[in-house]
Amino acid sequence: MTTLYTTDHEWLKIDGDVATIGITNYAQEQLGDVVFVELPKVGRSVKKAEAAAVVESVKAASDVYAPITGEVLEVNETLGTEPALVNSDAGGAAWFFKLKIADKSELDGLMDEAAYAAHTA
Amino acid sequence: MLARDDSPALKRTPLHALHLARGGKMVPFAGYDMPVQYAPGVLKEHLHTRASAGLFDVSHMGQIELRARSGRLDDAAQALETLVPQDIVALARGRQRYAQFTNDSGGILDDLMVTNLGDRLFLVVNAACKTEDEAHLRAHMSATCEITALPGRALLALQGPKAEAALAKFCADVVALKFMDVAELTLMDLPCVVSRSGYTGEDGFEISVPADGAEAFAQALLDRPGVQPIGLGARDSLRLEAGLCLYGHDIDPTTTPVEAGLSWSIQKSRRSGGARPGGFLGADAILAQLDAGATRKRVGLRPEGRAPVREGAPLYAGADTTDAIGSVTSGGFGPSLNAPVAMGYLPASQAAIDSLVFAEVRGQRLPLRVAAMPFVTNTYKR
Repeated sequence: MTTLYTTDHEWLKIDGDVATIGITNYAQEQLGDVVFVELPKVGRSVKKAEAAAVVESVKAASDVYAPITGEVLEVNETLGTEPALVNSDAGGAAWFFKLKIADKSELDGLMDEAAYAAHTA
Repeated sequence: MLARDDSPALKRTPLHALHLARGGKMVPFAGYDMPVQYAPGVLKEHLHTRASAGLFDVSHMGQIELRARSGRLDDAAQALETLVPQDIVALARGRQRYAQFTNDSGGILDDLMVTNLGDRLFLVVNAACKTEDEAHLRAHMSATCEITALPGRALLALQGPKAEAALAKFCADVVALKFMDVAELTLMDLPCVVSRSGYTGEDGFEISVPADGAEAFAQALLDRPGVQPIGLGARDSLRLEAGLCLYGHDIDPTTTPVEAGLSWSIQKSRRSGGARPGGFLGADAILAQLDAGATRKRVGLRPEGRAPVREGAPLYAGADTTDAIGSVTSGGFGPSLNAPVAMGYLPASQAAIDSLVFAEVRGQRLPLRVAAMPFVTNTYKR
């Protein structure tokens, strides 16, 4: 499975034509204590760069953008009751939503782990 | 996300190096480079203050002394009463009072604390307003008073149930102070002005200390059991839970003290029929509102869902109505309540406790209930 990153601090794990999307550990550190997550509806079609979810810390609300175009297949309902999971396991259990990838060529513009590490250094 | 501004123009408080040494995450605030949080984060810092004791650097706030040219404090008090609707003349020595500078239309230019120190009045004003406040005082009071800003003093706030025990190690006299009492005390050989007050809803103290001794004193406080440094983020959430106004958000030049729910701070003597009614800027508007009631008022709001409703969200009477009836002026998550909480303005006719209103957040109408404030019970030592 390949993991890719956006300049807006989302990660995507690619498994065939499905992308699982979350925010990076760097992003959760910047946000601070997460107290609420708003997720997209299953079945919604999102366009690349469209706000698809919202993550709220004690202080502020931040949009989570769809890194690629696709249809929402599944959302992580656990974040509704345990938003703090974003702080404790941003790269794993705190995934936000899964997209059915509409156009694989959109993945070409995303960063690999080394490039993202350099981006946040 | 929190932007870092490395602008060299940002001013620093005497505790700046201490903030950095303690891992403070620094942000620009009112022209100062200030800690928004430390390593534990806003949530833990908030809960720590409610359970133990939090030390806040509020040195960016303005400290101003007023001395009557006549030498009689009463003359300074009477002069200040031309700028605030509060009774300053009757303010006893060693007592502090919450006040507002008003404009010609009754709007609030700033809110402040006024203390009678016997030979002078001591004011604490907001950082963002302090230059204008000083000019306002000079414009109206120079004939009667000598007005002295005190940039050489730092200001610390120690708040929470363990604040008294921590501060009493430096001077046992603080134990005798009750809410809004003030004393000039020597702490660590430093001449300090100590008031039993604060903005968290908790028992606590504000300590004005000479700038050159501030870091050592703050360090000594942080060495006491249960005391931790707390940033601006938790200050906001603590204040919001306590239902206290934040200047520039919940109150500003377009809101009057009556609309803001601050009528309690205006003593009978300054009202219609009192000993010294009116005589302050905007008195006509404010006295009329005190007599007849304001058409809108600041209310507490409890969102029914989990989503925080932030400042600026418009408020509606119904889920489908088109015209906004008010807006949220402060809103976020209350860590002690483990729930979102907000304040805003509503028409007086729709401001009864338990009234249902709706806020528009990201295109959705979210239900909120008008709620009594403070949202958490305050623990002031009366």
